[in-house]
Amino acid sequence: MYISKQSFRYESEPCIVSSGVVVGPTEAKGPLKDHFDKMYDDLWINEDSFEKAQKKLMEEACTETLTKANITPEDVAFLFGGDLINQITGTSFASRTLGIPFFGLFGACSTSMEALSLAAMVVEQGAPYVLAGTASHYAAIEKQFRYPIEYGSQRPPTAQRTVTAGGAALVAPTGSNIHVTKSTIGKVIDNGIKDPFNMGAAMAPAAVDTILTHFKDFQTSEEDYDLILTGDLGQVGRSIALEWFRQKGVTLPEGKFQDCGLMIYDDEPEAMAGASGTGCSAAVVFSKILHEMQQGKYKKILVCATGALLSPLTFQQKESIPCIAHAVVIERKGA
Amino acid sequence: MSQENGDQMEKEAYQKVASRIEPKRPMLMNCVKAFFVGGFICVIGQCISTFYMHFFHFNEATVGAPTVATLIFISVLLTGFGVYDKFSQFSGAGTAVPVTGFANSMASTAIEYKTEGFVLGVGGNMFKLAGSVIVFGTVAAFIIGIIYTIATGQWGAM
Repeated sequence: MYISKQSFRYESEPCIVSSGVVVGPTEAKGPLKDHFDKMYDDLWINEDSFEKAQKKLMEEACTETLTKANITPEDVAFLFGGDLINQITGTSFASRTLGIPFFGLFGACSTSMEALSLAAMVVEQGAPYVLAGTASHYAAIEKQFRYPIEYGSQRPPTAQRTVTAGGAALVAPTGSNIHVTKSTIGKVIDNGIKDPFNMGAAMAPAAVDTILTHFKDFQTSEEDYDLILTGDLGQVGRSIALEWFRQKGVTLPEGKFQDCGLMIYDDEPEAMAGASGTGCSAAVVFSKILHEMQQGKYKKILVCATGALLSPLTFQQKESIPCIAHAVVIERKGA
Repeated sequence: MSQENGDQMEKEAYQKVASRIEPKRPMLMNCVKAFFVGGFICVIGQCISTFYMHFFHFNEATVGAPTVATLIFISVLLTGFGVYDKFSQFSGAGTAVPVTGFANSMASTAIEYKTEGFVLGVGGNMFKLAGSVIVFGTVAAFIIGIIYTIATGQWGAM
């Protein structure tokens, strides 16, 4: 049901039936290794280019998800997904393999929650099974946006590391006690940050705007949630977001306001301020967070994935970085 | 107050918050590290020069080429083994400015674009980063050359 200009409530409460996450070598060494379905110890993922490797991450995340739900790609009505490679070829090529009718999305690192929102909307309209998934690959995305990986440039302390991971979730009308109940779609926010090595600072105001709009539209507050999870603000973006919330008159408890970008790596020197990438929020939410909800650690959470909508071209033309954030409420119902 | 002014104030307020919280680049420390690492690379270069002059038939005027070639070889080798960028994170300009940095920028791009083939990939992209060094190096040399010629009045030498 349409609530306001930005928010939806899903009366039928679509379920997340299953999910799958496939990751690369650095993520496999991190603290979430027990939550991932499949891990590769090589960045090439047995392919001959990093772009193909990312495609494979997406494919395998989808097939892992379907296997767990015991269905085949033919049973799935639609796939919503996207990534950061030019023309989102990583995801569309994966859809060629899967043969599922495909909606290609681009919301940078916010794509995971954009896809989940749309999947819930379509399931509410009567679709039987809908997949939502995203993937990113460290080497493919660095090549797209920054320098060659072996190039000796010094990264500032605000820089983040792109996650090598694919994550997918299967949404259906019934079949589990984990429900997608609400979402708030973000506006594009640009507060004039221009440094592409400081994505956290660029994205933080978009997250704050979407979360505050969500609270306003549903007349709720942080007290109603066990966890408010942002996508990939990193250490820097998270601190700035907390302060920006305070200036807007909302004080979030530090423990309740977490970030996916700070959960993937332990002590990875390249990570600097944290992890990022389209696969980042998908890899954390569709593994650890859903598992912990099933185990009963959280009952109701708000996931707000954030995306920086820049390209190497706009950066070189000295444009600032417009950002977006989409929030989804995931709830465990019943015992 | 118009909507636009309000947005502008919001942006300025935000940028103030952001710049207060974000960690600063350690400029002074980076300069010190760059000075010592860059200097150390020059010391290695000097050792190689002395070695060539002592054991082979090179003199002060001719030893430059084999020394640079050796440094480039070492830099490309370290880039290929995937460790040059690790050093660079520590030393910054110290490893970027010497000839080793130039070699690294070419080798790293060649490795990166190998998947797009040898002609369009490696050949077409190798100078992606190094190209501007060559262009502006040549332009700078041209301008300095003209200034030098005018200043010294050595027209006859041309």
